[in-house]
Amino acid sequence: MSEHDCGCSKNPYLPEVATVLEVITESPTIKSFRVRFDNEEAWNSFTFQPGQVGQLSVFGVGESTFVINTPPSCKDYIQFSVMRAGEVTTAIHKLQPGDKVGVRAPLGNYFPYEQWKGKNIVFVGGGIGMAPIRTIMLHVMEHASEYGRLSLLYGARSPEDMAYKADLPGWLESDVLHTTLTIDREAPNWPHRVGMIPNVLKELAPSPDNTIAVLCGPPIMIKFTLAAFREMGFKDENIITTLERRMKCGIGICGRCNLGGKYVCLDGPVFSQAQLNELPPEM
Amino acid sequence: MSSLLFATPKELTGWLAGLASGHRVLAPRQEGPSVVFRPRTAEELASADIDALLRRATASPKQAMLPQCETLVTFKSVKDAEDPSKLTTTLEAPIEAEPTVLFGGRPCDARGFVVLDRPYLEGKFKDPYYGARREATTIVTQACPSAFYSCFCNWVGGTPSDREGSDILFTAVEGGFVLEVVTEKGQALVEGAGFADASDKAAEVEAAHAAAAASLNPAPELSHVMEKVASRFTDTAFWDKETVKCLSCGACTYLCPTCQCFTITDEGSQLDGRRLRSWDSCMTPLFTMETSGHNPRPSKADRMRNRVSHKFSFYPERYNGFFSCVGCGRCVVSCPVSLDIRHMVQAAVEGATIEIKDEAPAKAPAAVAEAPEAKVREAAPEVKVPAEAAAPEPAVEAAPAEPAEAAAPAAAEKAAPAPKAQKSAPKTAPKSSTRSKAKKR
Ligand SMILES: Cc1cc2nc3c(=O)[nH]c(=O)nc-3n(C[C@H](O)[C@H](O)[C@H](O)COP(=O)(O)OP(=O)(O)OC[C@H]3O[C@@H](n4cnc5c(N)ncnc54)[C@H](O)[C@@H]3O)c2cc1C
Ligand code: SF4
Ligand code: SF4
Ligand code: FES
Repeated sequence: MSEHDCGCSKNPYLPEVATVLEVITESPTIKSFRVRFDNEEAWNSFTFQPGQVGQLSVFGVGESTFVINTPPSCKDYIQFSVMRAGEVTTAIHKLQPGDKVGVRAPLGNYFPYEQWKGKNIVFVGGGIGMAPIRTIMLHVMEHASEYGRLSLLYGARSPEDMAYKADLPGWLESDVLHTTLTIDREAPNWPHRVGMIPNVLKELAPSPDNTIAVLCGPPIMIKFTLAAFREMGFKDENIITTLERRMKCGIGICGRCNLGGKYVCLDGPVFSQAQLNELPPEM
Repeated sequence: MSSLLFATPKELTGWLAGLASGHRVLAPRQEGPSVVFRPRTAEELASADIDALLRRATASPKQAMLPQCETLVTFKSVKDAEDPSKLTTTLEAPIEAEPTVLFGGRPCDARGFVVLDRPYLEGKFKDPYYGARREATTIVTQACPSAFYSCFCNWVGGTPSDREGSDILFTAVEGGFVLEVVTEKGQALVEGAGFADASDKAAEVEAAHAAAAASLNPAPELSHVMEKVASRFTDTAFWDKETVKCLSCGACTYLCPTCQCFTITDEGSQLDGRRLRSWDSCMTPLFTMETSGHNPRPSKADRMRNRVSHKFSFYPERYNGFFSCVGCGRCVVSCPVSLDIRHMVQAAVEGATIEIKDEAPAKAPAAVAEAPEAKVREAAPEVKVPAEAAAPEPAVEAAPAEPAEAAAPAAAEKAAPAPKAQKSAPKTAPKSSTRSKAKKR
């Protein structure tokens, strides 16, 4: 057996063993998991950028991709919010504090916030799409003086489906963030807006001047919200979104997540609408 | 580096037998209708009939670097003495690579590894499993004596005597073989072999190479193939028509030396289990199926479009104009319904309507030679083909069915219109189209 010597420093397939510190039930289908690597050295040297993702695994079941939704300033843990969908996410939902998981992170690109300095930002999150919004929004709020007006429009089907309930009061009262919450249909004791995200957005009518729009959510919401932003005069290069594709390796090798010549896992998941316009229409 | 050595057939097999102690020697072996690269013992090699070792393999040698299935990570856990519901988990990554000699592949096979190297070794993340095997493997390639009907290396920048990716290239000559040492790794392998100098046979080797090149069908006009195939993306009718017969069996991808796709799955449990990597195919509907049921490539036309575009447009766009196809023709020979990637690429290019600026209009493409009527069928080895997808006709003894070598070496010049080697960007990847420009970061 010869020694491995291909010039790479780290095996990108080998996860860090991490411990689940806390499990937060966000909604009937979404739970958040706060995890920290067991290896102190690996944990202390771990850094990431807002928007980057991780492959979270339950050993013996498999890996799945989730965005790290804590801001990089949080040094105690990283958080993944997981919507129960298939096999791996169901296994993740059974995890308890103290359980061991695997984490391969950080993977992918991130929100180009360096280019947003001095600009207004409108964040729009729909459903589990609030996860990627959370990381970049919290990061930008920490540096609010470097940006213009910050606002959030967060929509879910019903009040129960709204994740990050613990954060909502703070967001609603924040001095640096203008928060609007909406649900699809009337519900008792709901003091906020009712209506689909694109419609509420049009009512709010943010000005496109010097403004970046960041939107994440299910494809149908993206489609209509994108149309609404365009209608209001936002340019495609100022509309930022994240893509989802089935993934395995997360490092641009297994060939699974390509959109034309780009790999969502490597070149994404963050793209501007202008960049997406250049890619083949295969959604 | 380039030095020429002469070996008789007996000397060559004797050398291989010697290498088998200390190396895993992979060489083509006939198995039913298939010819597959297999580890061969010193005894087998010492007594081998050289012709049997030189058969055109029906499966690519990709498995030398990428086994069909391998362990990426193993996990083991022990229960906490106080609280048995808590586990301590240890992971290991078994990166292993035996010193290996890959013998008897063709120049297209060797170039296939150069194609795989780009995603596996040259990106932001390096694949250490592939890298370790690549490092430990010396590639000894035979220059093709003549082209098979399905060969089209000359379309994609190769020749039947291409050195790219090989450590040693050997050519059949009167009475034996001339070995050309291409790399230091190759030099190390012939050190002490006692082969005679063959500098005097250079002309004979040249003539053999020219004859092989002349036996290929001429390549059609393929300039701007990258843009033209890309411009067909939204032409659904085109892809529907081209894929009517496709069974989505995936044979084309499993046999391909450049197909890179794999899946990752877990086996066992956290207490004792492993994470595996296995070949996968973009031709199957589940490849891109998301949990929600949404599939960006639901139809076989979508998948064929992705496969052909990946090889002739997406990969070149990502990697400086290089194709992810080496023209080995395995997908052509092995498709149970006779779909031919050459035809699809050519049809896509011919019907393309995009305007390519800064150049004279493309001249009419040369007709692509039709496959001979009495087509030799080679069954897909090791590939689980669903029953309905299996070729209806029984597989015929296929291996050494090469046409007689073409006699006139002078014909070589006209046959191979010297496309660029993989080392530098092919001319067919122009930098002028608006589309490719817009996509550069
Ligand atoms: C960049 C990115 C970020 C994401 N962030 C989040 C997030 O923060 N929270 C969240 O709940 N979900 C997120 N997803 C979606 C999430 O990855 C899938 O819902 C999840 O993989 C489904 O896994 P499963 O094992 O339960 O489903 P199964 O149907 O059992 O799927 C098996 C395997 O297929 C793959 N797969 C299936 N669907 C998807 C998909 N839509 N995207 C990627 N891989 C898939 C995974 O490897 C998965 O393990 C993200 C997806 C991507 C691509
Ligand atoms: S696509 Fe076909 S011809 Fe090209 S390298 Fe793969 S198997 Fe060979
Ligand atoms: S081998 Fe032929 S039938 Fe099978 S997936 Fe490939 S093109 Fe389709
Ligand atoms: S997930 Fe493997 S290439 Fe993107």
